[in-house]
Amino acid sequence: MGSTSAHNGEGLGRRDLIKRSAAVGLISVPTMGFLSACASSGDGGNEKVEKGTKSEKNPLGVNESAGLEFVLFDGGFGQQYAKDAIKVYETNYPKAKVKFTPTQKITTTLQPRFNGGTPPDLIDNSGAEQMDMGVLVGQKQLADLTPLLDAPSIDDPSKKVRDTLRPGIVEMGQFDGDPVWIMYYAYTVYGVWYSQKLLDSLDAKYPETWDEMLAVCEKAKKKGIAGWTYAGKYPYYVPFSLYPMIGKVGGREVLDAIDNLEPKAWEHPAVKACFEAYYELVKKGYILKGTPGLDHIQSQTAWTEGKALFIPNGSWVENEAAKTMPADFNLAVSAPTGIDSSDKMPFGTIWASGGEPFIVPAKAKNLEGGLEQLRIMLSEDSSKNFTKSVKSLTAFNGGTDGIDLTPGLKSGVAALEKAGQNVVNPRLQDWYVALQKEKIGVAGLGEMMAGRATPAETIKKIQKFADEAAKDSSIKHYKH
Amino acid sequence: MQHGKYRFIVGFLAVPLALYTLFVIWPFIQSIYYSFTDWTGLSPEFGMVGFDNYSRMLDDEIFWKSLQHSLTFAVVLPLVTVGLALFFAFMLNVGGRRRRGAAIAGVRGSSFYKIVYFFPQVLSIAIVALLFQFAYNPNSGAINSVLKGVGLGSIQPDWLGDPDLALICVMVVLVWSTVGFFVVLFSAGMASIPRDFYEAALLDGANRFTTFFKITLPLLWDTVQSGWIYMGILALGAESFAVVQIMTVGPNGGGPDFSTIVLPLYVYQKAFRDGQAAYATTIGVALLIVTLAFAAVVMKLGRRERLEF
Repeated sequence: MGSTSAHNGEGLGRRDLIKRSAAVGLISVPTMGFLSACASSGDGGNEKVEKGTKSEKNPLGVNESAGLEFVLFDGGFGQQYAKDAIKVYETNYPKAKVKFTPTQKITTTLQPRFNGGTPPDLIDNSGAEQMDMGVLVGQKQLADLTPLLDAPSIDDPSKKVRDTLRPGIVEMGQFDGDPVWIMYYAYTVYGVWYSQKLLDSLDAKYPETWDEMLAVCEKAKKKGIAGWTYAGKYPYYVPFSLYPMIGKVGGREVLDAIDNLEPKAWEHPAVKACFEAYYELVKKGYILKGTPGLDHIQSQTAWTEGKALFIPNGSWVENEAAKTMPADFNLAVSAPTGIDSSDKMPFGTIWASGGEPFIVPAKAKNLEGGLEQLRIMLSEDSSKNFTKSVKSLTAFNGGTDGIDLTPGLKSGVAALEKAGQNVVNPRLQDWYVALQKEKIGVAGLGEMMAGRATPAETIKKIQKFADEAAKDSSIKHYKH
Repeated sequence: MQHGKYRFIVGFLAVPLALYTLFVIWPFIQSIYYSFTDWTGLSPEFGMVGFDNYSRMLDDEIFWKSLQHSLTFAVVLPLVTVGLALFFAFMLNVGGRRRRGAAIAGVRGSSFYKIVYFFPQVLSIAIVALLFQFAYNPNSGAINSVLKGVGLGSIQPDWLGDPDLALICVMVVLVWSTVGFFVVLFSAGMASIPRDFYEAALLDGANRFTTFFKITLPLLWDTVQSGWIYMGILALGAESFAVVQIMTVGPNGGGPDFSTIVLPLYVYQKAFRDGQAAYATTIGVALLIVTLAFAAVVMKLGRRERLEF
């Protein structure tokens, strides 16, 4: 074995060499450093394409020969629907070429491009790697979509695009003030999902009050079926049925107060009543064993296998769980069960809102092209195509005529009809992502549903999280 | 050949040093610079905010939790991993019964064990994490099924879903996946220890225990020390990030109830989920300090008189 240090005067030891070379390195650091001090402020690259001439066929003034770049989240809805819409764009503007990039890595792909000032023209900002919309809006990175909403619709030039959309969609894309930053393309129904067949086999119907709910769960338990399961690793799925229940019991104002991060919003009696109702499921053993350790796919699989009766989820579940769902499952969704007849809103109150957020960056080269591509997607044809292929509704109001609706979709449409005006839309999940998912979801509801915290403790904890978020100046705050 | 020695050395070192500076030192300096800004990571515009990020970090409960978990990783993981690896390596190389003339030998089948121990090393950490995620599944996972199989059906923990167990579950996976590397590293070190030392010890009637502590460990000390630092840095950095991110509860891992959040994961969440890249670099600076401090402490504690043989 050798030695690491020099012996008196016998040449240069390894240690000395390293010391000296480190010194050289340290000197060179500052000199090089200031040369590239503004590395992140990208230079140029965002020269916009020239606008085309507006015409009846081209109300947005798209440059007919300019290229368009479209990045799509390749998730539960796949990419075919976007490809079909691109074909329409390319037919309308034969000289234009659309560069289409489906990916699941939205942030990884796009964050550097926003940073460099060269984002693509149209983005489906969705999935686990979704970029924070609040930050994008706050940093003025998004284009206002109002010109698109005021443009004539493809199907009926006498109507504006905004008049063809489902109620609430446009408002969801606003943060504060008039500009519309986001176009939610899909329309998601949240609620309690179950197999009508399994429920029938128990000789039960969907419970409308909590006493009935407990009775159904008891019946199921006797047959060895758990009442509920949920995505235990992502407990922020629980609010899909819990929040509309809070709205039903205490009225919309309770949910609005929660969204506005008002002090003591969570201490409202309606919140307490609903938390206690859910906690009763835990205490009575109506939750599938091991649920807190399951992820969304594992819990959905246990549920499609008939191990549990109910699951809080959104309408994507029909597509996502299709592989394990038996053909005769007879998927159905219901608005959440309330407490009793003294609830403020009627049974049927449901959470429905936009999904798949599409954005056009403010620095997009071909901004008009991005808007035009969205206008095409919001046509009746494209909308029907989406509904048919991925079993989900779109922002386009209607568009289900003449399509064979799958059981889940049919039940979703029926639930929306029953709800009428009683559709609630809690905004925590798009306004305050970290608060909703990690703090309220995992640390709050997750612990309560695992039986490790009481409702009172959970409310205290969540209220503290909400107060912290309200005080945190590094996040942008919004109000209803 | 003393003439022009320095010129010669500097000439050879210039290019690698420049590359090292550009790709290693420069990013460090850049992140320190960004930690004084309000950069979001989603737009090229940002302004200087002084020490705001640092004062915010000191008030951030979750930062302290992640620091605490990272420190636990840095202390416990090297201790367990290096300890186990030393034991295995000793048994594989020295610990066997004397057979036919050989003064020292490993236990029977030691070459086979070596492969078994090393096997996890060929799997990427992401695959290891996924595999264990399935094993820990409380409903149909291997571990609870085994418990049921041996008649312990009443013990069905939620493993990764239980805040008291989750951190330990993650640490076990890291030990499992890295111990093989150190077994091989220490085996190589042991192979270079002259056999006469062992023979002399045997003649003096030393047992395995004494042999290990009086001969193997002192002569292996340099290797153990580097292994210790290496494992500590793995535990503070990339490996802990991967297992926690993939395996544990929550949108990006780190749960339940923040029970497994570690510094690198918190950096990732702040930078890529919350659009607070500047705050993320601030936490990154804290991680840098912790890592350097760890290395310094281990070097200091581990300083020993060099044995020459």
